[in-house]
Amino acid sequence: MAAKTLTIDGRLVGAHENQTVLEAASEAGIKIPTLCHLDGIADAGACRLCLVEVAGSPRLHPACVLKVAEGMEIKTQSERLRKYRRLLLELLFAERNHVCAVCVANGHCELQDLAMDLGMDHVRYQYRFQPFAVDVTHRLFGLDHNRCVLCTRCVRVCSEVEGAHTWDMEGRGAKARVITDLKQPWGEADSCTSCGKCVHGCPTGALFFQGSTVGEMERDRTRLEFIVTAREKKQWIA
Amino acid sequence: MVLNDLLEIKERERKARKGTVLRCCVAAGCLSANSQAVKDGLDKAVKEKGLEGQVEVRGVGCMGLCCQGPLVQEDPAETLYVKVNPEDAPAIVDALGKNPAPGLPTTDPHAPFFKKQMPVVLENCGRIDPERIESYIAEDGYLALHDVILEMTPKEVVENVVKSGLRGRGGAGYPTGLKWATVAKTVGERKFVICNADEGDPGAFMDRSVLESDPHRVLEGMAVAAYAVGASQGYIYVRAEYPLAISRLQAAIRQAKQYGLLGGGIFESPFNFNVEIRIGAGAFVCGEETALMSSVEGKRGSPRPRPPFPAESGLWGNPTLINNVETYANVPVIIRKGAEWFSAIGTEKSKGTKVFALAGKIRNTGLIEVPMGVPLREIVEEMGGGVPDGSEVKAVQTGGPSGGCIPAAALDIPVDYESLAKVGSIMGSGGMIVMDEDTNMVDVARFFMEFCMDESCGKCVPCRTGTVQMHQLLDKIIQKRGAAEDLERLEELCDVVKNTSLCGLGQTAPNPVLSTLRFFRHEYLELLKQRETGAQPPA
Repeated sequence: MAAKTLTIDGRLVGAHENQTVLEAASEAGIKIPTLCHLDGIADAGACRLCLVEVAGSPRLHPACVLKVAEGMEIKTQSERLRKYRRLLLELLFAERNHVCAVCVANGHCELQDLAMDLGMDHVRYQYRFQPFAVDVTHRLFGLDHNRCVLCTRCVRVCSEVEGAHTWDMEGRGAKARVITDLKQPWGEADSCTSCGKCVHGCPTGALFFQGSTVGEMERDRTRLEFIVTAREKKQWIA
Repeated sequence: MVLNDLLEIKERERKARKGTVLRCCVAAGCLSANSQAVKDGLDKAVKEKGLEGQVEVRGVGCMGLCCQGPLVQEDPAETLYVKVNPEDAPAIVDALGKNPAPGLPTTDPHAPFFKKQMPVVLENCGRIDPERIESYIAEDGYLALHDVILEMTPKEVVENVVKSGLRGRGGAGYPTGLKWATVAKTVGERKFVICNADEGDPGAFMDRSVLESDPHRVLEGMAVAAYAVGASQGYIYVRAEYPLAISRLQAAIRQAKQYGLLGGGIFESPFNFNVEIRIGAGAFVCGEETALMSSVEGKRGSPRPRPPFPAESGLWGNPTLINNVETYANVPVIIRKGAEWFSAIGTEKSKGTKVFALAGKIRNTGLIEVPMGVPLREIVEEMGGGVPDGSEVKAVQTGGPSGGCIPAAALDIPVDYESLAKVGSIMGSGGMIVMDEDTNMVDVARFFMEFCMDESCGKCVPCRTGTVQMHQLLDKIIQKRGAAEDLERLEELCDVVKNTSLCGLGQTAPNPVLSTLRFFRHEYLELLKQRETGAQPPA
């Protein structure tokens, strides 16, 4: 596998040719904000928070799916990128009912962390205040659509790591929702193995363990990484 | 099938032609105006008068002047009857060869609407019977495919398309030859060609008309493309809203297979090519190439980031060529008449012709084909006949929800890819909606924003949530509840949605707002002012 050298934020970085800019950056200790990305599963390029500037390209590129190339010059921070990222977060907060104060994931939420990191302290758009359902039919887990950001991490982790494909999407645009099986209540979704990988993968408080209350919902991301590393590289690193 | 068989069919078909032909449009527009009954009536009248030996009643595809349907044209006299009723049939047959039937409305087939056209893609539209392959073969159909397979190398075919200067007719105008060359050069065990017939822009019906009127032309273009890039399987992705186009395509594929013009060993060569139809389920976003391919694969039709482009990794990860209906429809004629002939038409950077669907506040709504570079004014005022009630043209919308509104002041621009882009619109697939003085441009922007909001797939954040917010702001402004900061916010959202969305739908969704803001900003400001002056919002 050939190695490539590229410049990220003025620093020379080496990477394998099959790596993405996001991987190369994170190995070099350069942090690019992400939401729909999760180590161990395929990238979707959906949240648009990891957009970076590539010298010579008029467009912005999502770092999570952009393959490295020799001599590539990447800028992960600029006034323009920061503005876009803040606006995208504002749009996400306005879309559903994200009320941190009563959320199980308060303090352990990637959306909340992003808002703090990017300095998004208030939302200037009209909150949608749409009613969303909560599904607590599953014995162990619950789903609260109010807090879902449609990152589809649950869909991908269920399909790719667990192999169950219980999760999928219904509807489109603002009507899009994550569903279990053919839109059965989660508790009746036969394909669900109750493995809990989706709950560990969820960035917000949308998927949670039954019985957890405000701020209690902590997740173990390393579990997913452990499984994927073991499976792909035959390395059992706990 | 060898060349002689093909020529024999052509000869037989031409010999069997009768002295007089009554062409009756049976494409979707006229059919919905009861043209099937007109055709049946003509058949019956011809039979009753015992003229079957001399007169042929032929169901044909679109004749263009859709607003005047059902249309019937008599050949060789050229009399063009408009708004024909089934009861008029005997009178038309009575008057054959003489003057037009008295009392029946006709229109001048040499009027600017027809005369200024240049039929290349539509050369057979309204002339041949779309349900009979022989009718297409009689007009030199499948001859290009023969020449390509037996006399040209794939490389020569690609070179020909490159030389012709053909650019994608789906909207973006990517050089077709370059696309073909890329797919041809990409190494892959299997390759695919796809025809994008998921025409979804409001007011656009170019591809539908081509498929309904001349389906074999598209199949031939696809087969040529498949030979050029080294594919053996093709898919046509048609939207379910086009049942007639689907059934005519199905019939065309069946007939072509029977004649050995599709399938295994075409023209007794080792070249195989099969075509299957995939029917969309009503999602606009499936016109975006990566979403379309995902849908063909049987998955949810949502786009994925490019690169990798379909030419490198398309259908099931294989190199895939994907072109629009009209692009493929240009191919047979480029092969038959040569790249030089084609590149002599149009402007320096936009070669050939373009089919437009004229709609909106215009006298002659319908389908036209003009050489690239004609002034927009000529299309709207001379061919289209201007606004019906004598009011003035205010703007022309091209490119559907991804395009923009061209103000009347800019009507003198030539219609080509670059000039349209300069005034903030796009060529698009060919929808052209004319708006008159009564049109509220903010409302136009809201209409297209609502369309994009409903059609957003929901995958990426800016398109899913940004279109909702923009629609809400436009609504607020129209209801005279908007303030200056709402306009600021709207512009800010246009910027973020345009620059951060995943696919073309989101990236172009702000265009109708941006272009109306550019040319009709005063209408937005007027609405804002009305709020400040305390004008009551409408109930």
